[in-house]
Amino acid sequence: MRGVAAERAFERIFRGAPRERAAEEAWRAFAERGLPTTRDEDWRFTPLAALESVEFAAPEAGEIPAQALAAACARVGDARRTTATTRASLGSAIDPKLAPFAALNAALADGGELIDVSAACSRQLPFHLIRWLGGGAQLASPRVRITVRAGARATVIEHFLGASDAHSLANSATELVLERGAQLDYVQLQELPETAFHVSSLAARQEADSRLRATSLALGARLSRVQVLATLSGEGAELELAGLYLGRGSQHQDHHTTIDHASPRTTSRELFKGILDGRAHGVFHGRVQVRPGAQKIDAAQTNRALLLSDGAVVDSKPQLEIYADDVKCSHGASIGQLDPDQLFYLRSRGLDPVAARALLSFAFASEVLERLPLPALREALEERLLAWLPRKSAP
Amino acid sequence: MSELLLEIRDLHARVDGKPILRGVNLELRAGEVHAVMGPNGSGKSTLANVLAGREGYEVTRGSVHYRGADLLAMAPEARARAGVFLAFQYPVEIPGVTNSYFMKASLNAVRAERGLPPLDAIDFLALVKQKMKELEMDEKFLSRSVNEGFSGGEKKRNEILQLSLLEPVLAVLDETDSGLDIDALRVVADGVNRLRSPERAVLAITHYQRLLEYLVPDRTHVLIGGRIAKSGDRGLALELEKRGYAWIEAEAR
Repeated sequence: MRGVAAERAFERIFRGAPRERAAEEAWRAFAERGLPTTRDEDWRFTPLAALESVEFAAPEAGEIPAQALAAACARVGDARRTTATTRASLGSAIDPKLAPFAALNAALADGGELIDVSAACSRQLPFHLIRWLGGGAQLASPRVRITVRAGARATVIEHFLGASDAHSLANSATELVLERGAQLDYVQLQELPETAFHVSSLAARQEADSRLRATSLALGARLSRVQVLATLSGEGAELELAGLYLGRGSQHQDHHTTIDHASPRTTSRELFKGILDGRAHGVFHGRVQVRPGAQKIDAAQTNRALLLSDGAVVDSKPQLEIYADDVKCSHGASIGQLDPDQLFYLRSRGLDPVAARALLSFAFASEVLERLPLPALREALEERLLAWLPRKSAP
Repeated sequence: MSELLLEIRDLHARVDGKPILRGVNLELRAGEVHAVMGPNGSGKSTLANVLAGREGYEVTRGSVHYRGADLLAMAPEARARAGVFLAFQYPVEIPGVTNSYFMKASLNAVRAERGLPPLDAIDFLALVKQKMKELEMDEKFLSRSVNEGFSGGEKKRNEILQLSLLEPVLAVLDETDSGLDIDALRVVADGVNRLRSPERAVLAITHYQRLLEYLVPDRTHVLIGGRIAKSGDRGLALELEKRGYAWIEAEAR
């Protein structure tokens, strides 16, 4: 650690409560490296200066009540009521590469949830996990493991909300475990106030013939970093990873994804879209790994950003690491403004420039929103997006 | 005499600093259909784009008045709402915006200008389906993204669909006949003819005279080198078809 204010605060929080052995180890892992800096390749585009200076406090009891509203047939547990072994294994799918924030979460998390969906659970009611981030400058460390058993299906929405003007940090960890033939639709909906911080470590492990559709909707927060490590560990596993990020003012929206094709005949589709206004900064880092011998891989990655102002910036970095020869991997990135020909077409049909720009921005984002699993969620997000779009006519 | 809808005086315009229009004069009255013909590069599309208000078309001299108002001072959306419609030569594709949403937004913007209440979804759908039937268009085009993946002919039909919904006072057709087979040409021309009335006018810009067999013009103008080199009745279009443009180019020199 470099001893910045936030690191000292994390240590105080850690020492402030009795911890289990696994937490001690996690703390040592964090303390060894401390908060990353832009000299760290994985954090090159995301300076943490604003976060470093905050003296975070331990969360007030019950400030982040994770509420799981769910089909009655699935098991939803509180990790505090399980054995130390179960608690220690929670987070094990999260690779040290996602450290140091994943390690910090493991050191400071108080319990967490276990959601276990069995094949017997045939009803398709979604789980809605509400993560409420309290005011002031609290550090919250929510964590959940969602296990979808062989042949089972589930839909889970993890929803981050917070007290207005909170300078708090939600340092969350989410594990998705899909057994053979399991299907999971996971949505991370981040609507934190634009003063808060969010670092999300998301790890997914997929067994054979499982299908995961994971979507990150990063709409709020002053600084948001969503790091995804998805491992396709069984043949025939399919992953659809999508994201929509919105930035305005001086918001920073970072998605850092790694897809590990560890098994042959696995498929991944990645689609990220961002709309940035003001002096917002967007980052997309998309790494795709194909392990030696993992043949017949089909991987496609797209990242597109729409800049609504001259001050908005986006950094996009695809990274393909392919160690097998019979694979199909593609990536594409584009960064641009609204198409002047499309704008003119709409205006020449009577739409005013503000409405025309909003309609085109909306259309740009709709490719991600139309993939959302629940119609009600889709509609809510469409309204949220329309309300967000700037009421101005030109950059 | 009927109302003077469009009055173009000594119009000069540049694109990318290059002079294209070099003094166009044209008058169009309510109830009339005029054709503007000319070889490639004569300035036909530039004239259409200047009338619609596209950026990058710089007017350096002259004036355009629409119903007595300075058209060039109006924003593109203001022109549309005032009743000017350009059917584009190359309609742009807009992925993610459904055709029905777009056309309803457009129609309601124009209706608001005319002091009419907005149409709700049900009334709009009834209206647009009737217009589509007239244009022999499949209703599936309503739920598709604007022009996305449409064939050349489908795009042109979609332009005429918008034309028939918006019922403009002045319709400017920019090479609407290009890329159409003979059946589609007839359907499209019928669509325009249905709109003809003593209050409205059409300016049909075209390279070939075959559209004019169905959409019979009151006057034909030949645009050469950015100027109207010759004007005449329908006979002029037929003569051009037979003899080409070279003789007028020679006369114009």
